[in-house]
Amino acid sequence: MDPAVRLPLLLGLAWLVPLASFVAILFFGPRMGKHGKNAAWVATAAIVTSLMLSLMAAGTWLAVHPVTAPAHGHHGDAHAAAGQDEHGGHAAGHHGHAADAPPAYSGDWYTLYQGGKLKLSIGWYIDSLTVLMFVVVAFIATCIHVYASGYMHDELHDVTDHEVHLSTGGHLHRPGRFPRFFQALSLFCFSMFGIVIAGNLAMVFVFWELVGICSWFLIGFYYERKSASNAANKAFIVNRVGDFGMLIGLMALWGALGTLQFTDMFAAVRPAPDHALVVPASMTNWLLFIAGVGIFCGCVGKSAQFPLFVWLPDAMEGPTPVSALVHSATMVAAGVYLVGRFFPVLSPDVLLVIAYTGAITLFIAATIALVANDIKRVLAYSTVSQLGYMMLALGVGGWVAGLFHLVTHAFFKSLLFLCSGSVIHACHTNDMRKMGGLARVMPWTAYTMLVGCLAIIGAGIPFVIGLSGYYSKDSILAQALSFAQANPRHSVLFYAVAGGAALTAFYMFRLWFMTFAGEPRDHHVHEHAHESPTVMVAPLVVLSVLAVAAGWTIGTFGIANLLEQARPAGTAEGLTGGFAFGQTLTYPAEHLSHAEAIHRAATWTAFGTALAGVALAAVMYLWRLVSPDVVATIFRPVYAFLAGRWYFDELYKAIFVVPALGIAQLASGADRGIIDRIIDGLAWTARGLAGIDAWIDRTLVDGLVNATANATWNAGIALKRLQTGRLRQYVVFIALATVALFVLASLFMRVSHAG
Amino acid sequence: MTGLTVLPLATLVGPVSVAHYLVVGAVLFVAGVACMAVKRNALGVLMGIELVLNGANVNFVAFASPYLQADGARSLGLDGQIIALFVILLAAAEAAVALAITLNFYNNHATVDVDRADDLKG
Repeated sequence: MDPAVRLPLLLGLAWLVPLASFVAILFFGPRMGKHGKNAAWVATAAIVTSLMLSLMAAGTWLAVHPVTAPAHGHHGDAHAAAGQDEHGGHAAGHHGHAADAPPAYSGDWYTLYQGGKLKLSIGWYIDSLTVLMFVVVAFIATCIHVYASGYMHDELHDVTDHEVHLSTGGHLHRPGRFPRFFQALSLFCFSMFGIVIAGNLAMVFVFWELVGICSWFLIGFYYERKSASNAANKAFIVNRVGDFGMLIGLMALWGALGTLQFTDMFAAVRPAPDHALVVPASMTNWLLFIAGVGIFCGCVGKSAQFPLFVWLPDAMEGPTPVSALVHSATMVAAGVYLVGRFFPVLSPDVLLVIAYTGAITLFIAATIALVANDIKRVLAYSTVSQLGYMMLALGVGGWVAGLFHLVTHAFFKSLLFLCSGSVIHACHTNDMRKMGGLARVMPWTAYTMLVGCLAIIGAGIPFVIGLSGYYSKDSILAQALSFAQANPRHSVLFYAVAGGAALTAFYMFRLWFMTFAGEPRDHHVHEHAHESPTVMVAPLVVLSVLAVAAGWTIGTFGIANLLEQARPAGTAEGLTGGFAFGQTLTYPAEHLSHAEAIHRAATWTAFGTALAGVALAAVMYLWRLVSPDVVATIFRPVYAFLAGRWYFDELYKAIFVVPALGIAQLASGADRGIIDRIIDGLAWTARGLAGIDAWIDRTLVDGLVNATANATWNAGIALKRLQTGRLRQYVVFIALATVALFVLASLFMRVSHAG
Repeated sequence: MTGLTVLPLATLVGPVSVAHYLVVGAVLFVAGVACMAVKRNALGVLMGIELVLNGANVNFVAFASPYLQADGARSLGLDGQIIALFVILLAAAEAAVALAITLNFYNNHATVDVDRADDLKG
């Protein structure tokens, strides 16, 4: 079958299967076995089906577009299939220096509305990035579904929530919500697939919001807990802030270009044949800048970038499988994915904004992670920090580097979260200060988590082989270095990446040493700890294999080369420009970062910083040569600042929450004092009028009716006396009446005759 | 000018005519009505009814008799007599029913005083 027909069919089905599962569980969930036990099977079957369909789509893709080594600037091996784009925006067969459009398929399944230039449709845009994301999301979601069916078994019977204190003094006792969890999980997968497959920005926005609401359901799964419902609301509201910017971006694009279809936008901003970035005639530099920053604002919210990252650590209130899903392959990945997808339209100034946002995010989050004691919070800040890496990579022009890191991070971060879930499941606490020495009782969890830690710090033997993070992080470092060399004024970006790598290594191994190594700190916790059931350990093993191998390039096949295939047309060439910041920015082409000198420097930097971080962690937490408490005492202000999480929550509370509450109070006062008064007054008036009306009704209308009835009644009473029951009287009456009638009649007749 | 005018007494002194019979019928009728009005005994009342009916019968027969008509064309023919027969028949039936009612009444109240039969008064 033609791939242009087959790919949308396969991926479309993969997209819709979780929706079917959602609907099924929504309506029949509680009836699926005892306490809805089989809902897990339904949801898992759906996501496995999606995975199969995605793998079939990947097979179809690879059969048509075999992965080759990237051709740096040479277009000799132009893809034969280039220009299969159904919109025909890029005709096949460019010559000379024309850059080839990446192979991509796009089209619409259903047009909701078309009027003039305005078109809203449900469509697809499929390139190798789409296919890869489908496989990654479906794969990780599958692991998490399997894991969750074990992790959530508490919800299969009535639950006593010890974190909810009722006013009566006891704990909340509620029925389990097992099907509800899997229902939300299915909807989440459906929404994420929708973002990935979307053929236009409007559709992305719709599924963007669906992801938001799903995260609200899942983070607030234990909604009786005040903290959980607050965290859910926080995640949702903070995302609204970003989405407001995104709406502005959408309006700018729509107003100027008249379309939100990816293919049309790319064609407008990067016209054939050379696909260099030009400002369309209908836009100005500033409008293009605003559009790019606007779209990026949405990504800032979803991908938890500075300054909107505050929701993500709180989102740890959700069950751990949710954290793993939300913070690896789905929700936070959506922002990075969209920046990647939208990359061709981003001008140099927007990219600089993105790069600095990423750098600030990665630095702040990494420093907070240094001192966090909650195992999930360390991972949460680590996620924020890694997302900063991705954004920075994209912002310095490393398109493949950023998305490559997105994919590898998805594997090792979901692995780390599931491991931490396993630890929490065993210890019933999140506090690392109560753990220690757990490697002996739960070896599978400990060593798979070690693999995850090694992957995230980018461990490897330089220039020989490494875990997945080694490759993706090196490519980010290399691109940042390449950018710093081209723009010496922005070399701080490179230092942020390098410093961040050391911090990452430190806090990850701090986590691992505190949790698994050394002597148990709390014997009570340690004695009750046990290895998790197979259904939870199996996904860990599978994911750890991928955390190791996802970065490898075997022959020419590898994720990096697969992504290279989807590189937006024209972005291989590098980019020069910039007006907003009064300077010209030079974005070196990404393949230049593979140059020997840069590559070598980046690899050694990564290796050195990671080693330093691990060594420091080992000194403090494994060998305990330096007591962390002493360090904390020496740097007390710094420690307090970091432990207070840079006081962002307090800052936002003072700047936004308190004024918002004040305004709300004011509005409530106005509501009660003015509007309610007016309404009350109206009600009193109406009541008075109604009283008058009632009086009229009672006296006049009712009086009339009653008078009629009374008259009739009295007449009846009066006439009743005639009925004496005396036969003889009746006879007299009849006789007299007859005579009277006779007399009357004869009188009248006489008169009439006389007349 | 019609029969509705009060008959002049002078008519009665002439040869026997319809008017004479009508006077007899009227007397019978009035006697019957008076009997119904004054008798407290139910049987007496029934007798009064018989008188009233027969007063009417006399009128029917008188109007139908060809011998009493100056102008035979205006007589009722045999219709009057036939109606009189019907009246007699009905009077018999009515008497039977009324006597049954009276008997019943007596069974219930141990009297045939019609003034006591006031159960249906308002």
